Amino acid sequence: MTSAPLLARATDHLDLLESHAIFILREVVAECERPVLLFSGGKDSAVLLHLARKAFAPQSLPFPILHIDTGQNFPEVLAFRDATVAAIGGRLIVASVQHSIDQGRVADPGFSKSRNRLQTVTLLDAITEHGFDAAFGGARRDEDKARAKERILSFRDGFGQWDPRQQRPELWQLYQGKVNPGEHLRAFPLSDWTELDIWQYIEREHMALPEIYFAHERDVIFRDQMWLAVGPFVEPRPGESVERRVIRFRTVGDANCTGAVDSTASTLAQIIDEISVANVSERGATRADDRFSETAMEDRKREGYF
Amino acid sequence: METITKDLLRLATIGSVDDGKSTLIGRLLVDTRQLFDDQLDAVAAASEKRGVGDLDLSFVTDGLRAEREQGITIDVAYRYAATPSRKFIIADCPGHVQYTRNMATGASTADLALVVLDVAHGLKEQTRRHLCIAALLGVSTLVVAVNKMDAVQWSESAFRGVFDEVQTVARELDFADVTTIPVCALLGDNVVESSTNTAWYEGPTVLEALESSQAGAWTTSRQGARLAIQWVLRQPGGGRTYAGMVNGDVVRIGDVVTLLPALVTTTITSISVGGAPVLEAGVGLSIDVALAHETDAGRGDLLASSPLPTVTRDLDATICWFGDAPLRSGQRLRLKHTTKTTPVKIVSLNGVVDIATLRIEPTEQFETNEIGLVTLQTADYLVVDDYRENRVTGSFVLIDEVTNATVAAGMVGRAAFL
Ligand SMILES: Nc1nc2c(ncn2[C@@H]2O[C@H](COP(=O)(O)OP(=O)(O)OP(=O)(O)O)[C@@H](O)[C@H]2O)c(=O)[nH]1
Ligand SMILES: [Mg+2]
Repeated sequence: MTSAPLLARATDHLDLLESHAIFILREVVAECERPVLLFSGGKDSAVLLHLARKAFAPQSLPFPILHIDTGQNFPEVLAFRDATVAAIGGRLIVASVQHSIDQGRVADPGFSKSRNRLQTVTLLDAITEHGFDAAFGGARRDEDKARAKERILSFRDGFGQWDPRQQRPELWQLYQGKVNPGEHLRAFPLSDWTELDIWQYIEREHMALPEIYFAHERDVIFRDQMWLAVGPFVEPRPGESVERRVIRFRTVGDANCTGAVDSTASTLAQIIDEISVANVSERGATRADDRFSETAMEDRKREGYF
Repeated sequence: METITKDLLRLATIGSVDDGKSTLIGRLLVDTRQLFDDQLDAVAAASEKRGVGDLDLSFVTDGLRAEREQGITIDVAYRYAATPSRKFIIADCPGHVQYTRNMATGASTADLALVVLDVAHGLKEQTRRHLCIAALLGVSTLVVAVNKMDAVQWSESAFRGVFDEVQTVARELDFADVTTIPVCALLGDNVVESSTNTAWYEGPTVLEALESSQAGAWTTSRQGARLAIQWVLRQPGGGRTYAGMVNGDVVRIGDVVTLLPALVTTTITSISVGGAPVLEAGVGLSIDVALAHETDAGRGDLLASSPLPTVTRDLDATICWFGDAPLRSGQRLRLKHTTKTTPVKIVSLNGVVDIATLRIEPTEQFETNEIGLVTLQTADYLVVDDYRENRVTGSFVLIDEVTNATVAAGMVGRAAFL
C-alpha cells in the first residue's frame, strides 16, 4: 500500500495472455507435488521464466529449473542461462545428453550429428530421477501442427509418451493435474501465444535475451537450405565455402541444426517489424530437425519430447 | 455487465463429421494469407503424397498422422489469425461422435460457434448434439456455414430448406444471434470473397460475419466480483496476499468482500498484478490481494462481492458425460470446481436429453456423450453461481478416482430450454 499504485489502464491482449499463463503456473504448482520448469535459454523459455517469477513474486520460485544440455549449445546461450538463473537466485539442474551417452542410455550419433532426438531420453531420465510430476515447457501451439493439437496440461504415461488420440478433455480453465505415480504432466502456459506476441511481450517487459537473437556478423556456411554458423559443432565440408554475413537467429536450438536468417534487425522494435511481415514460419526458417518427415514433431512428442 | 476486449474473438467450429469444418478453416486461413509459405508448401506436399489433389485444405488443421490417413479430425487444432480489424483464436473441432469430448473442449472457451453443415444433408443428429452442447456451454452467437453449395448447383431453395431448419433449432436452443451463409469451403465462395454463384444471397461472407460479430469474451450477466484463491503468497515482513484470477466484475481497492465458505467480511487493501501494485483489476487478470483482516483463507476459498454466490454441498446440475462406462446414481467421483477439488456422490440422475426432441427423458444411466440432469452431493462445501450467471463459478468437471481422467463437464443449474 505504500508504493504509488499504477494508474488503471485498459486490459490488452498481452495482459490477458500474461494473466492466463500466470493462472496456469499457479494451478499446476498448487495441484502437483514436484513441478519443474524446462529452460533452454531461448526466447520462449525466457518468457516462461519471467512469468513464473511474476506468478509467485515476491516469493522465490517454488520449483527448480531444468536444462537439458545437448553439449552442442551456442556459448552465448549458456552464458545467458547462467546469468538469468543467478539473477533470480533460482536452482538450476543440468541434465546432460553427453552423460546419457556415456552411461550407454543412448548411442552417440557421431561428431556434429544432431542430438535433438536424444534429448528425450535425458529428459525422461531426469524426470524419473528427481520424481517430477509436472514439467513446464515454453511450447506454443502456433509452432507446429502437432503442437497445435496439444492440451495446455498434457498427460504423459509411465513411459513418458503422449497419446494424441487419448487426450483428457480440458474444459474452460479447469486445469486438472492429477496423475498417478510414475506418470507426469507437461504444462504449456504459452500455448496461446504467437511468435509475435512473444516478441511484443519481451519488448514491453524490457527482457534480456541471448545476443544471437539480434543481428550480428558471423562466419556461416550454406547447408540444408539454411545458414549454419561455423563453430565447434559445424565445420565446413569439402565444397562448402565460408561466408561472413549479417545474420540473426530466429530460434535457439543446437548450434549444428539451427539455421540463421539474413537480418539487420538489431533491436526488439526491428525484430517485431521483421516478424510482422515474415513469409516463412519460425521453424521452417531455422530448424533442420523438422525436415525429416511430415510428422517429425508428432513422432518426437509421442516418445516424450518437449 | 462486464465485457472485455472485443478485439480478440475465440471461435470453435462445430457440426457433423465430413461436413467441411476443417476445409472451411483451411480456406479462411489461406484466403486471408495467414499461412507462411513453408506451411502452405507442406500442406501441398502432404496432399500430393496422399493422393488427395493439389491442396487438401483440411490438412491445414488436421496435422496428426492418423487424421491425414483417415481424413477426419480427431482432436481440436488451435490456430491463430489476425486481420486488420481483429485477432482470432480458432479451435477446429472434430465432428465424429466418438470425439464429442474434444468438441466440448474446444467449445468451452469459445465466444462464437462456427457451425458447418452440408447443404445436401441438413441438420444431422450430431449437428444437433453439438448445437445443444454449445448452447449449454453458453455460446450464444452462431455463424452457420451451409456448405458444399457447389454440390447442389448453388440452389437457393436447397439453402432455404437448411436455413429454415437452422432457424427452428436456434429458436429451440435460445441462441441470441444467428447468421446463416451459403458457402463452398472447397472453392472459397462466400468465405472471404463474395460469390458470384449466389447472386440471390445478400448477407455477409463468413469472414465479414466473424469480424463484425458482437460476441465478447467473459460476459457475465450478474454483478459481483469473484476471486477463487489459487495460492497464498507470503510477503516480506510477514503479511499474506491471496492470488487468483478476477472474474465477474472489476476488483478495486476498498471493495468490501466476503470470504466464502467461511462467511467472513473484510476489505481489499491492496491489489497487485505480477507483483506490481494497481488500484483496480478487470476480469481475466491474475492478481493477488491483501485483506484488512487476518483470515485463514487458502486455496479453494473464494472472495466475493455482493450479490454473493451460494454456499452448498447439494447441487442440481447439467452434465455432458464423457466416461467410457455409463454413469449411474450412487457412483462416487471427484469434482473440481474453481480451485477446489472434493469427493462427490451422484445422488440421482434426473433425466437425459433426447437430442432429437430436446426433451428430458427418464433414464437409469448416462451413456458416453449423453447430456443429462443430475443431483450431486459433495464432501466439501462449494461456492457456486448458476452457470448462466457466471461461467467460472458455475462450471465444474468430474474426475475418475482411479484413472484421473476427466469424465464430465458440469454446469450448475439448468438451461431454460431443457
Ligand atoms: N463438394 C464439396 N466438398 C467439400 C466442401 N468442403 C469440404 N468438402 C469435402 O468434404 C470432406 C470432409 O471435409 P473436412 O473439412 O475434412 O470435414 P470436417 O467437417 O472437418 O470433418 P471432421 O473434422 O472429421 O468432423 C472432404 O472430402 C472435403 O474435400 C465443399 O464446399 N464442396
Ligand atoms: Mg475436421
